[in-house]
Amino acid sequence: MKAVITVTGKDTTGIIAKVSTKCSELGGNIVDISQSVMREYFAMMMLVEIDNLTMSFSEFVDEMNRLGDESGLDIHTMHEDIFNTMHKI
Amino acid sequence: MINTKDILETINMIREENLDIRTITMGISLLDCVSEDENRLCDKIYDKITHTAENLVKVGCDIEKEYGVPIVNKRVSVTPISLIGGALSPDGFIKAAKALDRAAKTLGINFIGGFGALVHKGATKADNNLISVIPEALAETDFVCSSVNVATTKAGINMDAVAEMGRTVKRAALLTKDKNSIGCAKFVVFANVPEDNPFMAGAFHGVGEPDAVVSVGVSGPGVVSSAIARGGDCDFSHLADIIKKTAFKITRVGQLVAFEASRRLGVPFGIVDLSLAPTPAIGDSVAHILEEMGLEVCGAHGTTAALALLNDAVKKGGVMASSHVGGLSGAFIPVSEDAGMISAVERGALSIEKLEAMTAVCSVGLDMIVIDGDTPADVISAIIADEISIGVANTKTTAVRVIPAYGKHPGDVVDFGGLLGYAPVIKLNEYSPSKFIARGGRIPAPIHSLKN
Repeated sequence: MKAVITVTGKDTTGIIAKVSTKCSELGGNIVDISQSVMREYFAMMMLVEIDNLTMSFSEFVDEMNRLGDESGLDIHTMHEDIFNTMHKI
Repeated sequence: MINTKDILETINMIREENLDIRTITMGISLLDCVSEDENRLCDKIYDKITHTAENLVKVGCDIEKEYGVPIVNKRVSVTPISLIGGALSPDGFIKAAKALDRAAKTLGINFIGGFGALVHKGATKADNNLISVIPEALAETDFVCSSVNVATTKAGINMDAVAEMGRTVKRAALLTKDKNSIGCAKFVVFANVPEDNPFMAGAFHGVGEPDAVVSVGVSGPGVVSSAIARGGDCDFSHLADIIKKTAFKITRVGQLVAFEASRRLGVPFGIVDLSLAPTPAIGDSVAHILEEMGLEVCGAHGTTAALALLNDAVKKGGVMASSHVGGLSGAFIPVSEDAGMISAVERGALSIEKLEAMTAVCSVGLDMIVIDGDTPADVISAIIADEISIGVANTKTTAVRVIPAYGKHPGDVVDFGGLLGYAPVIKLNEYSPSKFIARGGRIPAPIHSLKN
């Protein structure tokens, strides 16, 4: 199973490092990543394997939210099923 | 592989266009709680509900967090209380309502539906006892919702019950006059009531249902409105296609949530209700969808046609997205809960007569309409009779939830707060239906009820 993590906010040094470090600490395996910077704004989308998390997915969502709050970024973590069901028949 | 465009579309729907799951409703049968002793009955009701739905709120919150889609309400519906309270006195029914209220508070849900009766062909003693205390039950509880079915296409219209409903609504308004007559906002009168509707105030757990069941009501008027705006000046065929595609996506989310909730709660999945349910929030209005289609204001000539197209396309798009569709399934047009409807009434564009016409082509009926507090009971009964006739003649569900707000008159605005919103007092026809309503008896079922 996978989750989609979206990160948006003002561009600063080390955003990718922060988010990916947190992910790997919690047992998430990043399988795809795309990012862009428009003027001073940063937007990133990550696809993360969540089969080997060290905690429940719900707690993982909490941890990522906490990271977002601490670093002034808008981080949302959503299970991939919502995208699959909505866009695939 | 999921593509970036799809991800952004979903996220945009949730964050910018108010896509949400309006309710996860667990239906619970109380048939096994029957007891001759009213205290024992109330204890059994409380125990059964709090035991069966003990994880409902937690599971709802977990799903909300994991999928990132808001689940606005977690609710419970139960077997109509008149069916399990055959031996209860009127006071006993008030006790039962309070037991439901206590259970709702223990569970942390925001409404519990089922304090009602099915009297479309006639009322039992228990039905009459329950109906006689509906105003008290609504005034003395916080979360209990009540509904009465007074007609079906098969049975015709029980006009004695319709006459009684007018008096019930008036008394509910009086007993909750300190809270803008909010008792009336928790009470609906139905024709052809569905047994699996997850939306309040009309939800109850039908007798044909299993012991417990989970149903989901989706929402998302804002998503449909934005999709139409992006479609530009297209023709009607294209417009219907846009709505169908959007409804499909919205319903898929409902199906996913319903499936997950059912699995985690260990309770069978019932239905997904494909309703476009507005809220007073900006960008969450059914009236604005109609205006986006090209009407200057909702209520203008053309509104009924626009709503018919919308309602039909929502169903066509939604029906393939879910394994079981049911409940009310269609567009809701409550006045106080829809920013666009409120504004249309304030501008004088939307009358009660137009709202009545609109209910012939969409789900439910005259909903959350505030009327003059001095409106006589027989006028309210006549409003109900008109609306119920539309349902009976068209083999569809219709309902009435009007609020004769105590001490309020045309020109006043009544604020209920929260999802119930606010509304200006709407003007009614001034002539009397008194002698018509006083006739009593039953209006026979229409000829097309004889399908066998």
